[in-house]
Amino acid sequence: MPGRAARRRAKNPILRTRQPTLPPAARSRVALGLTAAAARGRFALQVCRDCSAVQYPPREVCRACLSHRLIWQPQDGKGELLTDTTLRTAQELYFRERLPWRTGIVRLDGGVNVVAYVHASVGAAPCRVRIEAALDRAGQAALIVMPEQGRPGLSEDPNLREFTCDPRGRKILVTDGKTLVGQAIVQAVAKAGADKIWIGEAEPWKKSAGLEALRALPQAVVVPLDVTDGGSVQELAGEIGGKVDILINTADHHRAFSIAARRGVETAQLEMEVNYFGLLRLAQAFAPVLKARAADEPTNAIAWVNVLSIFALANYPPHGTYSASKAAAFSLSQALRTELRPAGVRLINLFPGPIDDEWDQLEMPPKLAPAALANAVVTALKGSVEDVYPGDVAQDWVARHLDNPKALEREVGEGGR
Amino acid sequence: MKRAKKAVARKKVRRKTAVAKTRARPKKPNGRTAQLRTMAEAGGVHLVDLTQTLSPDFPPIVLPPDMGQSRPFRMEEISRYDERGPAWYWNNVSFGEHTGTHFDAPIHWISGRDLKNNTTDTIPVEHFIAPACVIDCSDEAAEDADFLLSVAHLKAWERRHGRIPAQSWVLMRTDWSKRNDPVAYQNLNKTGQHTPGPDPDCVRFLVNERDVLGFGTETIGTDAGQAAHFSPPYPCHYYMHGAGKYGLQCLCNLDRLPPTGSLIVAAPLKIRQGSGSPLRVFAIVPRVSG
Repeated sequence: MPGRAARRRAKNPILRTRQPTLPPAARSRVALGLTAAAARGRFALQVCRDCSAVQYPPREVCRACLSHRLIWQPQDGKGELLTDTTLRTAQELYFRERLPWRTGIVRLDGGVNVVAYVHASVGAAPCRVRIEAALDRAGQAALIVMPEQGRPGLSEDPNLREFTCDPRGRKILVTDGKTLVGQAIVQAVAKAGADKIWIGEAEPWKKSAGLEALRALPQAVVVPLDVTDGGSVQELAGEIGGKVDILINTADHHRAFSIAARRGVETAQLEMEVNYFGLLRLAQAFAPVLKARAADEPTNAIAWVNVLSIFALANYPPHGTYSASKAAAFSLSQALRTELRPAGVRLINLFPGPIDDEWDQLEMPPKLAPAALANAVVTALKGSVEDVYPGDVAQDWVARHLDNPKALEREVGEGGR
Repeated sequence: MKRAKKAVARKKVRRKTAVAKTRARPKKPNGRTAQLRTMAEAGGVHLVDLTQTLSPDFPPIVLPPDMGQSRPFRMEEISRYDERGPAWYWNNVSFGEHTGTHFDAPIHWISGRDLKNNTTDTIPVEHFIAPACVIDCSDEAAEDADFLLSVAHLKAWERRHGRIPAQSWVLMRTDWSKRNDPVAYQNLNKTGQHTPGPDPDCVRFLVNERDVLGFGTETIGTDAGQAAHFSPPYPCHYYMHGAGKYGLQCLCNLDRLPPTGSLIVAAPLKIRQGSGSPLRVFAIVPRVSG
């Protein structure tokens, strides 16, 4: 029998499931620069190369000297909250459902005024503050006024909590509990307060001590799931799909082979079967019901997390076919993100470098500890980002990739990482 | 003209005589035909299906993860009376040659690689039906998962049921197929798989002294789970295939066969250069009269 708390949290089955609404999502191409930075957890504005003037809102030419040489640069966001107000009426459905809503105007030290949502922990204007960029439920950048000192979480504000995918109180599916990364993620989301964690187990005849240990977690349930088997994925989606708030895809097949080091395509096929087709099967089975529950109560479907690889950005030839399968998964994740976005379900991709596990044994350090990757997952869920490059190698690669992808291809091909 | 007609007539006569001769001296029937006739005359037969159902849930062979892997059985729907094909239902299936209830051809093992007719497409069709000797090891296997069938066991069996005929299947009944849980069926632990099978001497005896057609088991291999540590490793594969003999594994319903007297129908798919194939195996079993 469910306890009193469980009954209080249970959904009233005769009420209509609330449908998701989104904040206004239209942005100009140039304004997407804000979103691109926010997707990585950064606040960036355009700065004029000629006169150094900081720009807001995003624009084509400099507000001071009309130069078109504007480049996006990270900002510290410091400034003064000039005034704030609390909206009590709104035409937009999204805000109408969530009133009251606090907003304000901040004079950035860079010399521009921005309109932003004000976090509940910020005192009355005027006061010193710090601007952060976050992704709203439409996946667009929104500016948030935070106190200058301290770092309160977005979850601590009742409205801004929706900008996160905080695992606290959520029901989470981790698709593969046999990898070290999958096990670390289960531990991390359990620690972060997940209400229930389903842990996928493929090939049950191959026992995993790490997975067995997870059975001791009170909120964990091991379920059969083999992402290479469409029937298995559909069956689990049928059983629990209507309850999953966050899906974390940890299923991964990793063999360290260059093209020349492995005859035939059997290994590459299996990598594709798990890393690419596995994601596709999960998407076809789980995404529709996640979208249908995007505004469900008391908890709603809110996020999809893929553990990809930094090798998805540029092929790492010693792991050539693995890189290709992760690139395929990355590409598919973009389609999935687009399909999830109208419901406000966020897709988060993690692009770790080599992980300290058996398949990256011969990779030189630095290697990412599975626990560190798991912490990055929780941080990403508690925050408001889409793309995460955890660890030094990933940070280094993504910087080189954004700077010059061709150069990265050559460097990786000729000199290892 | 007349001479020509006469010649034709003579030829016809000769041909007739040839036919008559063949009829008068029919080819000696092979053992299978004779056995089928005996069965039919003695009160009929019934069929026993010895095949596990092919499904993604049936466990495939486990090899170390850095080795090449046999694909498990997988099925993807092409259409099911829907927009992809309004009036029909069908699937794409994929699997390794050695999946589910399957046949091992001699070329499967390195010892049989240079033999004649050693692949699924060249195996003589006469070999697809053969008598079976069923050795009941179910008690021993229940007691010891690593039970090994020995020459002593075979000789004890022969004392009760007669000599194992040449060109017959020897089927090792362990009731292993009754382990419906794939975990129990695989029976893996840190030291690998623990399933029953024949010991090396037993295989040498069956090949050299009895000239069997092949060896069949209810487990995932014709060899025991620990056979990698035998000398030679995987003796059943090594000796059987080295002598052009076959393997059948993942059989079921062996407990419904008599020790002798049944015929096994086991015809692998005709895959060019195939090393084996899943197949439907069944037994033709004489009805017990009285």
